[in-house]
Amino acid sequence: MSSREQILKRLRERSDGPLTAPVSDFAVVTGRGWDSAERLARFERLIGSVHGEVVHAPQARWIEALSEVLVAKGVRRLALGREHPVPAEARQALADSDIELVDVDRDIEAWQREQFESVDAGLTSTRGGIAETGSLWLWPTADEPRLISLVPPIHIAVLDAESIEDTFFDVVERHGWAQGMPTNALLVSGPSKTADIEQTLAYGVHGPKALVVILRHTAEVPA
Amino acid sequence: MSAAVQTFTPKAFHRQAHDALGNPQIRDNFRRAMDGLMSKRRDVFSDWDLETLRELGANIRLRALAKLPDLLEQLEANCQANGIRVHWAADGDEACRIIRDICESHDARAVIKGKSMVSEEMHLNDHLEQAGIEALESDLGEYLVQLNQQTPSHIIMPAIHLNTDEISEIMHTKTGTERTRDVDYMTAAARQQLRERFMAADVGVSGVNFAVAETGTLCLVENEGNGRMTTTVPPVHIAVTGIEKVVEQLRDVPPLYALLTRSATGQHVTTYFNMISGPRKADEHDGPREVHLVLVDNGRSSIYQDDELLDTLRCIRCGACMNHCPVYTRVGGHTYGTTYPGPIGSILMPHMLGLEETKDLPTASSLCGACGEVCPVKIPIPDLLVRLRKESVGEGRGNVPGAGVKRSGKEVAAWKSFQWLATHPAAWRRSTALAGKLQALMPSSIGPWTDHRTAPKPAKASLHALVKRHRRGEGEA
Repeated sequence: MSSREQILKRLRERSDGPLTAPVSDFAVVTGRGWDSAERLARFERLIGSVHGEVVHAPQARWIEALSEVLVAKGVRRLALGREHPVPAEARQALADSDIELVDVDRDIEAWQREQFESVDAGLTSTRGGIAETGSLWLWPTADEPRLISLVPPIHIAVLDAESIEDTFFDVVERHGWAQGMPTNALLVSGPSKTADIEQTLAYGVHGPKALVVILRHTAEVPA
Repeated sequence: MSAAVQTFTPKAFHRQAHDALGNPQIRDNFRRAMDGLMSKRRDVFSDWDLETLRELGANIRLRALAKLPDLLEQLEANCQANGIRVHWAADGDEACRIIRDICESHDARAVIKGKSMVSEEMHLNDHLEQAGIEALESDLGEYLVQLNQQTPSHIIMPAIHLNTDEISEIMHTKTGTERTRDVDYMTAAARQQLRERFMAADVGVSGVNFAVAETGTLCLVENEGNGRMTTTVPPVHIAVTGIEKVVEQLRDVPPLYALLTRSATGQHVTTYFNMISGPRKADEHDGPREVHLVLVDNGRSSIYQDDELLDTLRCIRCGACMNHCPVYTRVGGHTYGTTYPGPIGSILMPHMLGLEETKDLPTASSLCGACGEVCPVKIPIPDLLVRLRKESVGEGRGNVPGAGVKRSGKEVAAWKSFQWLATHPAAWRRSTALAGKLQALMPSSIGPWTDHRTAPKPAKASLHALVKRHRRGEGEA
């Protein structure tokens, strides 16, 4: 008998008999009922508490905010996608700037060392945010692959204020995650960190040292 | 300063505990760390209905266990449909062989590892090393512990036993960095060292926090990003997990994740929650070309047989039980001599190693109950410790390997005699009266009891006799 059959047989022929599965009540992880102002405030407070930097911008002028961030952080080489409106608009706006745009629609094998050693920042879109934990959710694609939010020292993520929801459970349920998961789904809450050296917090141990969220507003930008 | 390589075994628990208690460095490192973790956990749950959330966590885990064989098959089918290859291992050795075979089929010489307690449990690194494959830990704490040729002393914070100066010395000796107290410098140095290794690795090996049957998804919880690196950069990813880590549905994940990070380190969320549902697709540009999942039994299906012991398998490996354990805090993780230390280790390791090896572990508790109170999935750890104590003296159901190892004929006879005496009043009165008369013959040294206490002396007259006399008005009570 294979190990597989042996394990399943032992589990099925349980000596104390079959078990009864209880029904779960998920009320405690949903139904927060926050209004949009409270949701936004929570998101900003929580992601700030884990060292995420939030830059507010009106929807129409988010590129200006991006340019300011790039200058402030001294970014010379920016990795970004091509097709999603976020990288597409950024490419258009930055085409004549002195910032070098690094294409990511290439198999990583062809440019691994370049990505690890000479890219200053990765720009990505996000699918949404989670107010309760100050998290971004990303489903990397062929256009915006997995590693550009991880390998460069700075991750710049663009988030629309109205795409922030209350809890992780709400996101999983409302967007029907169970009906079709991507190769990789991610929650990102702040830059990479460790406290493995005597509980002293240090950022950028393996991934980005900084996470900048450009938070786009269609309504009025909060003061 | 970095301690010489020392081997710890559960059999030598008492000696190791004695040594640890006499080591002010260990006492200090653990005390400070555990105090911090306890207060952070308390704060992060302050605005939650914690009892309801724990109830849900326990309920989700119980539901998964109730359907375990079906869910494992469903997980396998959905993983395969997603392109993940699934392997089953009856024990740690078989799991090691499976992983070695995958490595060898790719001519792999360098393996980079994300944190995985199951891989520690099966001594994967040693096994791969013997096959000429280098396995390098990439979680900073694990990396430091590996550089120092040690094992983790905590399941979440592997290097918690080391302080900054010790770590500086280890990094200086092993990697040539400057001696410093600058944590940012040391972290940056490790980042540089490990980035080279990520790029050069042939295979990435990780653990799994939750495996979702419904979608064939492997969830990994982490702060550093080394888990994402391990599972994305090398061309092959092998995830290894215990068979109990499966959950039924994707919606079961958010409550368990909420409980895990808050219970473990008092964080409201970790930096990354990484959900993997397959290898790189044809049009994608990064991620591994091959993903394997190794499901490891290693004693778990035995635990599964018994209604009471089953609760052990609800564990989500947060470490809150050790953070709150007065014994763990004083003796540290290595003292237990097992992969999983602290209360969870004391109820889990006897099943993996047998009670012959681990008979002292269930007694490494004052049964204060803190572990059970903080457990996010409500495992009645104190009850299970008592159950294993009973098993070790042969008074349980015998469902644990090595049951009865501590059974002593003398002890059984002593309790039998006591039982008889205590249920026969005339004989009881005669023997207590006799004990009072022979008071002077009581030895002053009676084994371990008198190491730190004076020997008890039977009173001249028993309390019973004194009360009786008092009631009759004869003298003082």
